[in-house]
Amino acid sequence: MLSHMDLSASLIVDRAGLDGLLGALAARGYRTIGPVVRDGAVVQRQVSSTGDLPQGWHDEQAPGHYRLHHDDDSSLFAWAVGPESPKSEFYPARSLVWRTSSTGDVVTLEQPQQESAPAALIGSRPCELAAMRVLDRVFAGGEIPDPCYRDRREGSFVVVAECGTPAATCFCTSMGTGPGVEDGYDLALTELTSPDGPRYLVRVGSARGAEVIAEMGGSPAQPADFASRDAVLENAARRIERKLDAGNVRQLLASNLEHPRWDDVASRCLACGNCTLVCPTCFCGAVSDTTTVDGAVERHRRWDTCFDLAHSLVHTGPVRATTWSRYRQWLTHKLSTWHDQFGTSGCVGCGRCIAWCPVGIDITVEVAAIAASDGAVPVHIESGGDRS
Amino acid sequence: MLLTEVEPSVNPLMPATYRVVARRVETDDVVTLSLEPTSGPSLLFRPGQFNMLTAFGVGEVAISISSAPGAPGPMEQTVRDVGAVTHALCTAKVGSTVGVRGPFGTDWGVDELDDSEVVIVAGGIGLAPLRGAISYLVDKPGRTGQVYVLVGSREPDQITFPDDLERWERDGAVVKVTVDNGDAHWHGAIGVVTTLLPTISFDPARTVALVCGPEIMMRFTVRGLADLGVPLGSIRVSLERNMQCGVGWCGHCQLGPLLICRDGPVFAYSEQLERLISERER
Repeated sequence: MLSHMDLSASLIVDRAGLDGLLGALAARGYRTIGPVVRDGAVVQRQVSSTGDLPQGWHDEQAPGHYRLHHDDDSSLFAWAVGPESPKSEFYPARSLVWRTSSTGDVVTLEQPQQESAPAALIGSRPCELAAMRVLDRVFAGGEIPDPCYRDRREGSFVVVAECGTPAATCFCTSMGTGPGVEDGYDLALTELTSPDGPRYLVRVGSARGAEVIAEMGGSPAQPADFASRDAVLENAARRIERKLDAGNVRQLLASNLEHPRWDDVASRCLACGNCTLVCPTCFCGAVSDTTTVDGAVERHRRWDTCFDLAHSLVHTGPVRATTWSRYRQWLTHKLSTWHDQFGTSGCVGCGRCIAWCPVGIDITVEVAAIAASDGAVPVHIESGGDRS
Repeated sequence: MLLTEVEPSVNPLMPATYRVVARRVETDDVVTLSLEPTSGPSLLFRPGQFNMLTAFGVGEVAISISSAPGAPGPMEQTVRDVGAVTHALCTAKVGSTVGVRGPFGTDWGVDELDDSEVVIVAGGIGLAPLRGAISYLVDKPGRTGQVYVLVGSREPDQITFPDDLERWERDGAVVKVTVDNGDAHWHGAIGVVTTLLPTISFDPARTVALVCGPEIMMRFTVRGLADLGVPLGSIRVSLERNMQCGVGWCGHCQLGPLLICRDGPVFAYSEQLERLISERER
């Protein structure tokens, strides 16, 4: 499975080449945002050299479980995904929408300036790139685009790191989003092991990427390097055991809205919203107004979660008053009605909602349970006489 | 009365500032605000669309526009005092400033109804988003189809826009009002709004119905209209959910596959919509 990209445009670089990449992006005015280890997790922070990256760190994930461990190896990308995703770069968890300044009776609204520098995302995973494309449809694909999202996203530079070490929670192969990727990036890295430490196959996905790769040094990639990439991706795909029947799930959930499994999962779900916060595509947002001590009013936009009781509040009360309703809303939206609303699934198979669920609810297990008894309905014991 | 397409603002989350130029108390918990922009022209809208209104320092809420497009005078929005933001709006003083974003969503499509008979069924505050449509239909020269206005209210003193009801009747509409519970002074009909349907005679095949009220009222009204022969696709309803953006980004107004702010709030009725609003939540 050789890439369709021009072989001659692809490079093999060592770690110094990656430092050259970070330098070239910084020189172009990008904030280089990459993976770093903080508080026991791989998160996204500004990075200035490959010394900031998670060298030798590996993650271990399972339902309700995420742990890092460190080895002596010099790999930089031998982990799967952390709790954060590119979502927070383009759609910040909290942002100021406007602020008032009042002179007497006149109210004036001021819009904050966008952050100065666009982001260069270093080491985004193929599933995360797929998530960006989902959010592009939500925020920038409709009749009324979100200018804040669009500006951040269009200005960004994306360096994908293909996935050689998926976690046990991953199921990108079911969703068609990984472990490799063929387009949608500026540059794509594949970490290849060699006796002299890791080397990186760098492929070009855009004109901007072609400009930057010219400053990276390294040597032209050879067919053997592409064969090594294929081996990395095939090995990664083989390790992914979790499955979700993506072709069937949209209709399956739409036709099982009363399935008894909703009762079962509702009895376990804490409605904490962790899954929606770590999800790279969950986009629900709320606004809240505050008054500052100097009397100005500020409106902030922040991530919201459909697990919150207030999410569906209307004047008669919440539309979805129970965890049963709210879990059903989340899962049916993610895997079924998202297609109706945005022409794509809302799930990219990254497995974050599985690992970061405090009680280990597994989206793939819930879907499989519904599929196993497709069409089942709860048994209701009617009291009293006939009802028609 | 030209209904112009509306260009979206650069950042649809930025409100324009409007001045409250008049405040009219409709019932004990319903107020109509007349709003004029602090600068520039007033926004252009179609009947059935809504705005996001900000009470500065309190918050923002989706409120349908209750005046008719092109009508003389300022834009009007009718607010029922049911929470913190709507309370702040209902008690806004004349001269104060509110924020306005919009207009958003689909409309009643009244400009396509010249030859149709139009049956309008409103429950309670549901008359507010229909008021502009009714005035538009009643006032539009050259329309041939009869306009029927059926209003249901809980109690006589909850009836909104009594002056308009009289005016619409004077200008040719058939107007009927019923209340759930009468009082000593009430001499009109008593019963739910669907009981008014058999009291009017219209040609169901060339009728379009516009319905707004509580969802249960709309479901029964649709059933009543369908029983009288109105095709489901000729019935339009306006739905309500929590809304925090108005442009399809915030996720709050989802109803299954629909985003009410983007795909609605006005929907042509269908069996699918019936299933969606009948779907049991807990």
